[in-house]
Amino acid sequence: MSKIHVTTTVNGDPVEFLADPRETLLDALRDRLGLTGSKEGCGTGDCGACSVLLDGRLVSSCLVLGVEAEGKRVDTIEGLAEADGTLHPLQRKFLEHAALQCGFCTPGILVASKALLAKNPDPTEEEVRYWLAGNLCRCTGYDKIVRAVIDAAAEMRGAA
Amino acid sequence: MRYHTPQTFEDAARIAAGAAGVTRFLAGGTDVLVQMRSGLVLPDDMIDLKHIPGVRDIARTADGGWRIGVAVSGAELGEHAALKADWPGVVEAMELIGSTQVQGRATLTGNLCNGSPAADSVPGLVAAGAMVTVTGPSGSRDVAVETIPAGPGKTALAPGELISAITLPPRGAHGGDAYLRFIPRTEMDIAVVGCAVNLVLDGDQIASARVALGAVAPTVILVPEAAAAITGTALDAAALEALAGAASAAARPISDKRGTADFRTEVAGVLARRVAEIAYARAKGHAK
Amino acid sequence: MAKDEMTREFKLVGTRALRPDGLDKVTGRARYGADFALPGMLWGAVVRSPHAHARIVGIDAAKALALDGVKAVVTRADFPAGLTGSDWDIQENVMAGEVALYDGHAVAAVAATSALIAQEAARLIEVSYDLLPHVTDVDAAMRPDAPAIRPGSADHTVPDGMSPNVVSYIEYGRGDLDAGFAEADIVREQTYKSEATHQGYIEPQACVGQLGADGKGEMWVTTQGQWYVRRDCANVLGLDVAQLRVTPSEIGGGFGGKTTVFMEPLALALSRKAGGKPVKLVMSRAEVLRATGPTASASMDVKIGMKKDGTMTAGRVEFRMQGGAFPGSPVPDALKCAFAPYKLPAVLHIGYDVLANRPKAAAYRAPGAPMAAFAVESLVDEMARELGLDPLELRQKNAVEEGDQSSYGPKFRKIGLKEVLAAARAHPNLAAPLGPNQGRGIATGYWSNYNGDTAVSMAVAEDGTVQVSVGTPDIGGSRASIGLMVAEYLGIPYESVRVNVVETGALAINEPTHGSRATFANGKAAVAACDQAIKEMCRRAAADWGIDAEAVEWIDGAAQPAGPNAGKFPPMSLAEIAGRMSDSGGPIAGHFEGIPRGVGASFGTHVVDVEVDPETGRTTILRYLVVQDAGRAIQPAYVEGQYQGGAAQGIGWALNEGYVYGADGRLQNATFLDYRIPVASDLPMIDTVIVEVPNPGHPFGVRGVGETGIAPPLPAVANAVAAATGVRLRELPMSPPKVLEAIRGRRDG
Repeated sequence: MSKIHVTTTVNGDPVEFLADPRETLLDALRDRLGLTGSKEGCGTGDCGACSVLLDGRLVSSCLVLGVEAEGKRVDTIEGLAEADGTLHPLQRKFLEHAALQCGFCTPGILVASKALLAKNPDPTEEEVRYWLAGNLCRCTGYDKIVRAVIDAAAEMRGAA
Repeated sequence: MRYHTPQTFEDAARIAAGAAGVTRFLAGGTDVLVQMRSGLVLPDDMIDLKHIPGVRDIARTADGGWRIGVAVSGAELGEHAALKADWPGVVEAMELIGSTQVQGRATLTGNLCNGSPAADSVPGLVAAGAMVTVTGPSGSRDVAVETIPAGPGKTALAPGELISAITLPPRGAHGGDAYLRFIPRTEMDIAVVGCAVNLVLDGDQIASARVALGAVAPTVILVPEAAAAITGTALDAAALEALAGAASAAARPISDKRGTADFRTEVAGVLARRVAEIAYARAKGHAK
Repeated sequence: MAKDEMTREFKLVGTRALRPDGLDKVTGRARYGADFALPGMLWGAVVRSPHAHARIVGIDAAKALALDGVKAVVTRADFPAGLTGSDWDIQENVMAGEVALYDGHAVAAVAATSALIAQEAARLIEVSYDLLPHVTDVDAAMRPDAPAIRPGSADHTVPDGMSPNVVSYIEYGRGDLDAGFAEADIVREQTYKSEATHQGYIEPQACVGQLGADGKGEMWVTTQGQWYVRRDCANVLGLDVAQLRVTPSEIGGGFGGKTTVFMEPLALALSRKAGGKPVKLVMSRAEVLRATGPTASASMDVKIGMKKDGTMTAGRVEFRMQGGAFPGSPVPDALKCAFAPYKLPAVLHIGYDVLANRPKAAAYRAPGAPMAAFAVESLVDEMARELGLDPLELRQKNAVEEGDQSSYGPKFRKIGLKEVLAAARAHPNLAAPLGPNQGRGIATGYWSNYNGDTAVSMAVAEDGTVQVSVGTPDIGGSRASIGLMVAEYLGIPYESVRVNVVETGALAINEPTHGSRATFANGKAAVAACDQAIKEMCRRAAADWGIDAEAVEWIDGAAQPAGPNAGKFPPMSLAEIAGRMSDSGGPIAGHFEGIPRGVGASFGTHVVDVEVDPETGRTTILRYLVVQDAGRAIQPAYVEGQYQGGAAQGIGWALNEGYVYGADGRLQNATFLDYRIPVASDLPMIDTVIVEVPNPGHPFGVRGVGETGIAPPLPAVANAVAAATGVRLRELPMSPPKVLEAIRGRRDG
């Protein structure tokens, strides 16, 4: 199978890769670009561990072909903190609230939460829970995750 | 696998018609990529429709209806206030599919063409009286949405044909629609039963209605008996009972890993009753 | 530390310190099993049986081997013969021999230059089968005419005349059972069933393995126990154990399911056959569900005698559990947990370990305890309702305490069940008003906790910071808890300690993180290791001061003269000693190898409020409370996290999770779409109360907190559903169709 040359922007940086058209964007990020922060938990869009933003829209990167990223903007967990390493409030709050145990679902949940707060800066508990329903976590029972997101939202509103 | 990015539906149809192996059209990809991952479908040709101008558009038609492009995602549908005001049932049904992430990609057209009897958005489209434009190598035609599903995983589309737009009729005055599904969890499941009701009032009386059920037959079904049970009524208790009875009677479900036939039959009636009340309230102008 | 120190104040233990691995885990930098890659690495794929039970007639890999990029194909023929016992079981499970024993059983594997080529090659490997009759249900498997899965595999405990699928029989008890039942005012007996569930860790199994013709190998793998991976891979492949070096990655959840090997030896076998090139194997979610260990399904009889005032007089359980096509269902631990919360003068336990055509069961969080709790705590609740007794009061009345003989034999040491029940009673959730179709359920669970082979070392760095090497992967904050204990004990800042999870070459053998042992065993071992280093540091200070080493003691992070007679010297801090260690005698370190004694058992009680939709049978969790004895919470936030996580898993088990097999014996729900673990919107906030009845067997009072919490939710939810609907569900999961059918039965009846 001949590969296709793809030019795209990941976390603000221009990148190029060669993709077999059968490969997903998740495969491209992990195996072509070395960005292994996005995880595969299911490969079928049921777990959310591979969540990224595609042109600002939250998607499961396992349900996007790598070749579809041509000319688009991709944002992953690796781009959530500032360039100098300063953590995003969500990252800080996840640490403070112990909102992770194994940490495997954490990148996807952080990316999804960022998308939520961009759309809804003051979500209720129920809104957080439904927005994150596609991000499975098997360790925490979600309690501390929901609290961390709500707390980060409050801080971000205060800071704005 | 060859990856194609045609610029017109006609080109897309020509590529599909000329392909020898397994062909799939790609819009949101939330079904086809899952099938590829599981090895269920291994396409030789993948035809990405998102490079065709207009596929991401939601536009008013001349008669006051809506034309929805084949690559409009569920999230975009949900963010369109005017469309949502007209057809809340259609939009809420689409928004129930999958996760927020899936909503970022999944489309009405894809949900329809996947051919699942449990497709959440299809009962709402059928109840709304939606039409679809079918484009083939020899041109386009408009057909009622309920003519597309042909059985689990099957559509009535001929090889080389694809859907190029979905059209919703004008909402008109005193109308309301709604959709509910039953799932074991709160999110992320396939409908065990789905039901959509679309109705138009004359005063307190239901002047006309369309009721569609999902996941209780090989395809989504339109149930005229259920509509008849509430037409001419003010959706009183007796009408609701008759509606539930007609919906359950129309159900011809199977038992599978997601639910038993008995359960689906009974819950079809329960949902019909609950959905009709929401649609009625919406038609009365009470947001619900 | 003496017993009287159990109540002393700590500076660090008990604080909500940030976890040391946190930054990596919120930035995507932490490397999990599938995140490793090596130069020249190949990718593997596994061919799996689509049949529940079938003789493998032939495997033709010619087409696969002809594909460009394919480097190796392995089948059972590439593994040594002659293994016995559990080694043979593991080998057989890793790669089927003559017979595929379950849907998903591996029959061949291939390595190629890319994942896509490997997958294509796997599809080209042609396997021909002769189908054999199969059985997946535990009761059906016990019938005398059931298809025999592995004839002759029963051990000596099995009485004559039983189904060939019964491989082990257990019977023990004490007291006069008949007299106990005769003494009771009511005696009730019921049968309960629970379906198999999966651990459902979000990270699929993944590894990179490399093995040369010289028998030396390396592996990078997501696991709960790198030494078990080393041992099992070596046994399966016929290698010398110490020639294999296994490095654990960060681990994306395990819950018991990553304490053993499934496809890891295949990566090594493929590597050896491909000339020693490293091979990466990553399971798909479907492979995880079809071919890694779920827990057992269970069929259980319970009989209890009770006086009108709620006093329990006798109890009998008979548990039948299938753990797949191999011996080893968790029936022994299930029996042990069944009546553990209760004072019972007479008790009898009977258990059957049964084979069925399902994947080999692995440990899942308190293996056996959830099913046992479901059966016993459901019947206790039924009897409380019948007698009109408060279910919490009934449990308080019969609760075991220190000195009582446990239902399974040994006397309980210091335990906290009464304190747990009292804390539950005092919680505001018990007073929350309930509406129509709502109900409250209460249940208790037990886990004995565990110690196991433990090796820990610590070493002082030149600047007075300290490294600690542990052998248990950090599955939920154990680096933080170990770091806190070490810093507390040495009297140095938490930030001065680095806890490393190390590879097999760096320590003596360690058991995996199982049995809720990580904080208990590592904490106790680390304290012993620190004692060695402290002794050495005191010796160095003594030499410097020119006094006897015995005249120096370690206080607040520094060597100090022990009392006025020892002489007057200013405290010599750990950093000062460390800075001069090369001149004062060389490296300073400590280590512990052994089995830390003094395990403390943990009880928990859960209280749940549900609402059941009477028209659809759907259950909504309204409110949830976990009360559990931690002994001591080293990092309370992660203790709460364990409580909440266990509750969520138990709720899933109670309501919607379960393996669904078709009549063809194939697993029908091998996706997260249809294997329905709870999502965020399914759950409320989960309230927790950490009860601390310190374990005298541990320097900080730790008991272990990971496992107990998954047992009570099953019966608590069942009891709440019964309270809400008036009907009793005795089969899990309590899916909406089953609940609606039960409600309908009540309406019709």
